[in-house]
Amino acid sequence: MTAYLLRRIGTSIIVLIGISIFIFLLLHVIFPSPARIVLGLRASDAAVNAWNKANGFDRPWFAQYLSYVNALFHGNLGYSYVLNQSVLSLFQERVARSVYLSGMALLLAIIIAMPLGIFQAVKRNSLGDNVFTSAAFVLYSMPSYFLGLIFIQIFALSFPLLSFEASQSTSIWTVMGDWRAMLLPILTLTLIQVAFFSRYMRSSSIDVLAQDYIKVARAKGLPERLVLMRHMVRNASLPMVTLIGLSLPNLVAGNLVTEYLFNYQGLGLLFFDSLGKEDYPTLLAYTLITAFFVVLGNLVADIALTVADPRIRLA
Amino acid sequence: MAMGQPASLPPLDVGRAPEGGEVGAIQSGWRLALREFSRNRLAVTGIAILVFFVIFCFLGPLFYHGDILNVNPIAANEPPGAGHPLGTDTNGFDVLGQLMKGGQAALEIGFFAAFVGITIGSLVGAVAGLIGGIVDATLMRVVDIFLSVPFLFVVLILAVRYGASVLSLSLVIGGFTWPVPARLVRGEVLTIRERDFVLAARTAGSGNWRLIFRHLLPNALGVVIVNVTFQVADAILAVAYVGFLGFGLHYPNTDWGDLLSNGVGYLTDGYWWLIYPVGTCIVLTVMALNFIGDALRDSMDVRLRRR
Repeated sequence: MTAYLLRRIGTSIIVLIGISIFIFLLLHVIFPSPARIVLGLRASDAAVNAWNKANGFDRPWFAQYLSYVNALFHGNLGYSYVLNQSVLSLFQERVARSVYLSGMALLLAIIIAMPLGIFQAVKRNSLGDNVFTSAAFVLYSMPSYFLGLIFIQIFALSFPLLSFEASQSTSIWTVMGDWRAMLLPILTLTLIQVAFFSRYMRSSSIDVLAQDYIKVARAKGLPERLVLMRHMVRNASLPMVTLIGLSLPNLVAGNLVTEYLFNYQGLGLLFFDSLGKEDYPTLLAYTLITAFFVVLGNLVADIALTVADPRIRLA
Repeated sequence: MAMGQPASLPPLDVGRAPEGGEVGAIQSGWRLALREFSRNRLAVTGIAILVFFVIFCFLGPLFYHGDILNVNPIAANEPPGAGHPLGTDTNGFDVLGQLMKGGQAALEIGFFAAFVGITIGSLVGAVAGLIGGIVDATLMRVVDIFLSVPFLFVVLILAVRYGASVLSLSLVIGGFTWPVPARLVRGEVLTIRERDFVLAARTAGSGNWRLIFRHLLPNALGVVIVNVTFQVADAILAVAYVGFLGFGLHYPNTDWGDLLSNGVGYLTDGYWWLIYPVGTCIVLTVMALNFIGDALRDSMDVRLRRR
């Protein structure tokens, strides 16, 4: 098992190095130097060249990449020349808000989707199962913003119960307290994820229910409740581990579309704003960090699965 | 939400039989698959919806001439009525005509991006699976890298810098979605390459490329075809996101996401015809493709066949 873990971590590191080179090179080609942003569009070529030389933007891209990575290891994510602020401080202002929104949605989605998927598997092809399956199919094919718009129409405009804009407060405590403003964005993200999770949960539960050990558990007279709780749920939940791992990047980096729709000042909206401002250092750091968490999420999910499932550990 | 289906998860579907189901008698695979597919009501519905949208978007403009090019402030934001079955938008453009135009872009990008992704993916997967060793390991790390790059962000960055067109969006989306088919095809090739007919072909003097094109890819076609529909669905959704964020196609072209984002500004005014028709188009098209994909997967899966 140790050998497997070491190999798995080794590949992750190689993949991370590859990703960082790829993303850095891509943005370097698109946007070699922020000189024009600092000096203004009318700056002379000589001034631009001098600025590039002074700030190291005239070096070969690989040298720039190495110093960028070196800075990353020292906690320096780069500098946003557009906003005159370090990228790290920009992220620090907003990360809590993104984690709150995505975290609440993820938590609710798990709490709803797991029992729902199990219920659908147990009552397979019943009316309830069909209703939820159809709903999941529609949600699954729906861009999250369309669901959000429908919610806004119903709960904020037709029946003005909730706010159509997320909380604008800079204090995370105020944001958390302002449930009238946060309910719609959280609900939108939750439902989209419930559709995704419950389909996997239903599918894996159905597989587990057909296994011999479930038949044995029933045959030895165990009450159905215990069969489900002790024997089915734990095995059927394994794909959820992977799904939660895959949600990790959203959890940290926020959800671009939902934050945009509800004008929620999280990291996703920061990325969107940076797009319009051509703020490449921020875009670079954001994309890299998201990719890092994709890799980390996969790694953590795989390790968790190995711990949870002896079949993987011993294979 | 993550795009596509992660490879580490079991295949999911709705009407799926439990593992270890009955295995039927062996008949000609493709004909059996076709029969199974055509018996699936959801699949037939999916095909019908998709055909409807193809006709609606590509043939519709031949019969219905809504003005979507000349700005007409007098006829702006009119509700559905005579002359404009689905009303007009803020520029006085006919919404029904725009739906057709936007749908053309969505379908073109969807299918072309899937074509690009599948082509690259199949080749990479087949080469990796057939040759194995260091080539395989390297290519699979490249696959891992592309799978981990948050591709919507890269699409947005490229769209901001270079502008978006049907061609550029298709190439970029295809260029980032090939890893999934690559993994699938590699998995298939790993089992196919051990079969006797491959050995026979090799003994007869087939080179690697001939093996790939004549023997491996045709036999891996099943997984590829299933994957195509999901790729198209994902690409259409991706374009809908890019368009909604304002970085999709713009006048004189348009896409569904772009149309919807134009309508959002008028949500409080109650101009529902700018939002719901186009949203419904996106959902129906993607859903139809998902239906077809699920049904194809079931019909190819021997374990799930009824007989």
